[in-house]
Amino acid sequence: MLRFILIRLLRAALTVLLVVTFAFAILRLSGDPALSILGDDASPQALAAFRHAWGLDDPLWVQYLNYIGAFFRAEFGQSMRSGEPALGLVLSRVPATLALTLPALALKLGIGLPLGVLAALHRGSATDRVVMAGAVAGFTVPSFVLGLVLVQLFSISLGWLPTGGAGDWQHLVLPVVTLGIGGAAMLARFVRSAMLEVLGQHYVRTASAKGLPWNAVVRRHALPNAAIPTITIVGLMVGNLLAGSVVVESVFSWPGIGNLLVVSVMSRDLSVVQCILLLVAITMVASNLAVDFLYGALDPRLRNANVSSTHSK
Amino acid sequence: MTDPILQLNHVSRRYTSRQGLFGRGLTVHAVDDVSLSVGNGTTVGLVGESGSGKSTTGRMALGFEPPDDGEVLTHGQPVPRAGSPAWRKMRANMQMIYQDPLAALDRRLPILHQVREPLDIHAVGDAKGRTDAALAVLNSVGLGAEHGLRLPHELSGGQRQRAVLARALVTRPELLVCDEPVSALDVSIQAQVVNLLVDLQARLGLSILFISHDLRVVRQISHRIAVMYLGRIVEYGDTDRILGAPAHPYTQALISAVPASGFHRKRILLKGEPPSPSARPSGCAFHPRCPEARAQCAAESPVMREVCDGHHVACHLAIGVANRAWEQT
Amino acid sequence: MSDSINPARAAGEEIRRAPLAVPRATRMPLSVSLGIGWIVLVVVVALAGDLLAPHAFTAIDLRNRLAGPFQAGHWLGTDELGRDILSRLIASVRISLLVALGATVLSATIGTSIGFLAAHARGKLEQFILMLVDFQAAMPFLLLALSVLAFLGNSLSLFVALMGLYGWERYARIARGLAIAADSQGYASAVRQLGAGPLRVYVRHILPNIASTLIVSMTLTFPEIILMESSLSFLGLGVQPPMTSLGNMVGFGRGYMTRAPWIMFAPAAMIVVTTLAVSVVGDWVRDRLDASLK
Repeated sequence: MLRFILIRLLRAALTVLLVVTFAFAILRLSGDPALSILGDDASPQALAAFRHAWGLDDPLWVQYLNYIGAFFRAEFGQSMRSGEPALGLVLSRVPATLALTLPALALKLGIGLPLGVLAALHRGSATDRVVMAGAVAGFTVPSFVLGLVLVQLFSISLGWLPTGGAGDWQHLVLPVVTLGIGGAAMLARFVRSAMLEVLGQHYVRTASAKGLPWNAVVRRHALPNAAIPTITIVGLMVGNLLAGSVVVESVFSWPGIGNLLVVSVMSRDLSVVQCILLLVAITMVASNLAVDFLYGALDPRLRNANVSSTHSK
Repeated sequence: MTDPILQLNHVSRRYTSRQGLFGRGLTVHAVDDVSLSVGNGTTVGLVGESGSGKSTTGRMALGFEPPDDGEVLTHGQPVPRAGSPAWRKMRANMQMIYQDPLAALDRRLPILHQVREPLDIHAVGDAKGRTDAALAVLNSVGLGAEHGLRLPHELSGGQRQRAVLARALVTRPELLVCDEPVSALDVSIQAQVVNLLVDLQARLGLSILFISHDLRVVRQISHRIAVMYLGRIVEYGDTDRILGAPAHPYTQALISAVPASGFHRKRILLKGEPPSPSARPSGCAFHPRCPEARAQCAAESPVMREVCDGHHVACHLAIGVANRAWEQT
Repeated sequence: MSDSINPARAAGEEIRRAPLAVPRATRMPLSVSLGIGWIVLVVVVALAGDLLAPHAFTAIDLRNRLAGPFQAGHWLGTDELGRDILSRLIASVRISLLVALGATVLSATIGTSIGFLAAHARGKLEQFILMLVDFQAAMPFLLLALSVLAFLGNSLSLFVALMGLYGWERYARIARGLAIAADSQGYASAVRQLGAGPLRVYVRHILPNIASTLIVSMTLTFPEIILMESSLSFLGLGVQPPMTSLGNMVGFGRGYMTRAPWIMFAPAAMIVVTTLAVSVVGDWVRDRLDASLK
């Protein structure tokens, strides 16, 4: 068991390191910061002085190590646009994003899970087909289109809800619904196929043949076993709490992390982009780790086995 | 006197596996101090039960697995490491065929293409020449051009094995290692394929290492027979000699199980189960099951000795037994 | 006519290994026929675009700005610069499809090669590749893409290259798994035993045998790339003007949502219907391939 935990922790650490390396790589590839900050007409001495001050004339691996060090000290520099510390700026937007994504997550789970299970239990029936059609529609309509359609309908034509921005609960409705529907559709599809797979297994048929009422079979055998792969997907959604709302925040001008990201990318405010990237990576890794541990606790097969493979999602 | 096409000198191969998370390693002696040689143009039959190490010996003969001890020589030169360019070039000269021909063939490609492929790989001649050579070799194994156009699953088992044989022979190798090549075929087809091999050997001067558990098949094709038990060779000699006057009790038991017309042998039944290679009995590995076992057999491992001309046995009781006339007429 | 020990098993094996035998009696569902029809239409329009478009997609006509749809000469209306929306739609479809197609092929190629490399190398390199695969599967692509776009700017070739990395990890996983399985099946090791170099084994033997699984994956990734590209273009970070893409049009049309909603809805509808058609057809193809592979 200890070995299981240690392996997972090591992998998580390596993944974070990989993200940091990725950020460093594209940072270095993005060109000479001295030129972009001081401008093309800066004198060679000014450029050299800048490079020296920022340690840009150190060998590459030294810069890499410094970069990692800065990451661990949570020094993310300052926003090039506003001058405020990047980390503070990013963190200040987190509550706004969570105000969207947490209710959206609840919506996804609340709609997606039951519908998926329902469709699986009534496979081939009209219910199944309707749910699946809805799921496909929800999956193929991109979030920005859905958002814009909702705005057109509920804000512009009907005037019931505001078109964007933050404020009271009315501003929350459309973005949350937009986020929730897409995720619910994907979840329903997934849960349905997980349930179908479980329902086709021998032990389910055996339980039913033993005389167990169908409700109990579903409750005690099918659902718990289908839950295991579903947890992976839900885990991905949790990990996505910070990054999944980028497009929706843009559509509704919602002042969250996603919006900040888009604005920073456009103005090439690299320190903020970096900061968001690393923050989201950590969230993702932590959530994956939690899912792994949950798996280990729930699935007895994994507890004792000497597993070091990549688990399929 | 040229060096034989294949020579294994005191070759051993061990596998270590770990039991569980904290278990000790288990060493399995798959092959233990095996020496044999295949003379040019002759067939050596390698006989044994599963677990005897005969397949591993075959793989080592071709360089698939490096021996942990000893050396594998071809024409006096050591066989190169598997996967290296030198090894790949050598493939044109030494080939292997297996038990399951369907698995050995790519299910998507027609037979002719696959028979031709070794020529493509080794860049022999030009395209037209290769196709002609492939057709010729198909003919020599008893298949026609129409078989060449078919896919592997469209042929019968016997035809498939012939196709695999054709593919192995298209580069005119000197050595062919056959690992249970007819075990998956019906008895009547087995005889056909073995006769084909004998025929090809005569025509092409092929040397063959024929690995099988089935003595009936082995005796048809082999000039010399080596009997393996738990990774060691226990008896080795000319086919007629081994079959007519087997010296090792294990060989005797094997032969007694083979029906032969005109002979009325008493069937020797071995007691006990074949042991697992990881749990090797002390002394002579065969002693727990041997009907003739003495105290010495449990204590001391027998050494391979020449009983009479070309006939080698590893058994404490061999001398004396070898001359026992035990065939009834 | 079986020579093997177990005739039933051999017969079963032979049926299983038969080439793609499509049963004749299956009806094609209406949705799939419609989907195929739409895809064909879109492809034809994209290819013949210049011939079909009533106007050049950059032609500005300031006297006719924000004209409504369903009028002669401008079936879908005009945008804020008087450019014909139908023509722009046609041009956008072509670009979006080209980007998605190029990116799908690129990511399939890259992913499969990396997968084969992992299967071939084993050991440390394989572990490293698996780690990369896990990493890519875990991180949201949008985020990584945005970071790259922020740091490296946005040219069309960079953008297509970036999209060409979407989903590579799926192909890598599949290719690696199937290559390892092919080895244990025997034909791969049999060919290697003949003296074939690894390149020949992978390209001439393993790849054709796993092609159908890879294609199935491609049908899944293709619509996702269309969606990803539109999202990025919508944000203004994808295809840049004067090139026009579907997401691009929606993004710019958004500012005129109240006055001239058709600017936005024509491309939006296009995205939805096309993605839907490709998904439906892809699902159906996948079901058929799965059934015949079993």
